[in-house]
Amino acid sequence: MSTAEKYVTAAYCVVFAVVLVYVLIMALKLQRLEREVDELAGRVPDEDAEEAPREPARVG
Amino acid sequence: MSSPSSTAAATIPAVVRLRRIPLPALAVSSLVLVTTALAFVFFVAPNDATLGFSQRIFYFHVSIAFAAYACFGCGAWQALRHLWKRDPRADLASYVCVHQGLIFGTLVLITGSIWAKIAWGRWWIWSEDELVLFLVLYLFYCAYFMLRFSVDPGPQRANLSAVYALFGVVLIPVSFSAIRLAKDYFHPQVFTLHGPRFGGWILVTYCIAQAAMLVLAYTLYRLELGGKRLDTRLRRLREALA
Repeated sequence: MSTAEKYVTAAYCVVFAVVLVYVLIMALKLQRLEREVDELAGRVPDEDAEEAPREPARVG
Repeated sequence: MSSPSSTAAATIPAVVRLRRIPLPALAVSSLVLVTTALAFVFFVAPNDATLGFSQRIFYFHVSIAFAAYACFGCGAWQALRHLWKRDPRADLASYVCVHQGLIFGTLVLITGSIWAKIAWGRWWIWSEDELVLFLVLYLFYCAYFMLRFSVDPGPQRANLSAVYALFGVVLIPVSFSAIRLAKDYFHPQVFTLHGPRFGGWILVTYCIAQAAMLVLAYTLYRLELGGKRLDTRLRRLREALA
């Protein structure tokens, strides 16, 4: 491999690496957002869980 | 005779139609185009008579440079929209465009330095105006982030950022025409008033690489903008629930 070929390969590898790192950062950020959504969903009271312990009231 | 649906489609601005393309389709298009461009660069395009094998950096170096200019230009357009229509979404879009432009600008500097090392034997030459002017453009947009994050979030920050992004667009034609200012070292001038100075497979490869970089930039823009908008909505929701 000549010097020019090495440099050209390095240039394209740098482009690939930078884009890859950027996409990885974005993926990590989206994972964080997903965790936050789960956390917020956990704060919202579950309707089924609230309704389950209820018993029919006696009439008469 | 055109159908009502085709007439309606023709009236929708091109920008709106671009927004309707789903992100996965954009990602696949980027991947296909970048792979095709790489295949053309290394297996189809011929060696340049003057610069030899090292000229192959040109395909991505120039394409990335134009993608960076497009991002900065789009950032200025969104900034203008923010100042004109007071659209809060335009401020975020402008910020993401400038961020994308900076990433592509970093790649221009790195690939350019590698090419300079092969062609001129040095990584950087301070006496060359074309290199220094692109660095000035790059540092100008780096300062955009310093300005933006030194002000508290709100209308003032959005307005200041928008005005700054609008000023930056003036530097783009200066930087583009700077390669004509090369003095001691030969910087290839690939575009003149009479069109590109190359043809055949070199032109075909360049066009594919340019399309690949523009689609990649747009895909990354949409990805980042989607994440940022989701982040903003989540923060508001968290505040409302607190």
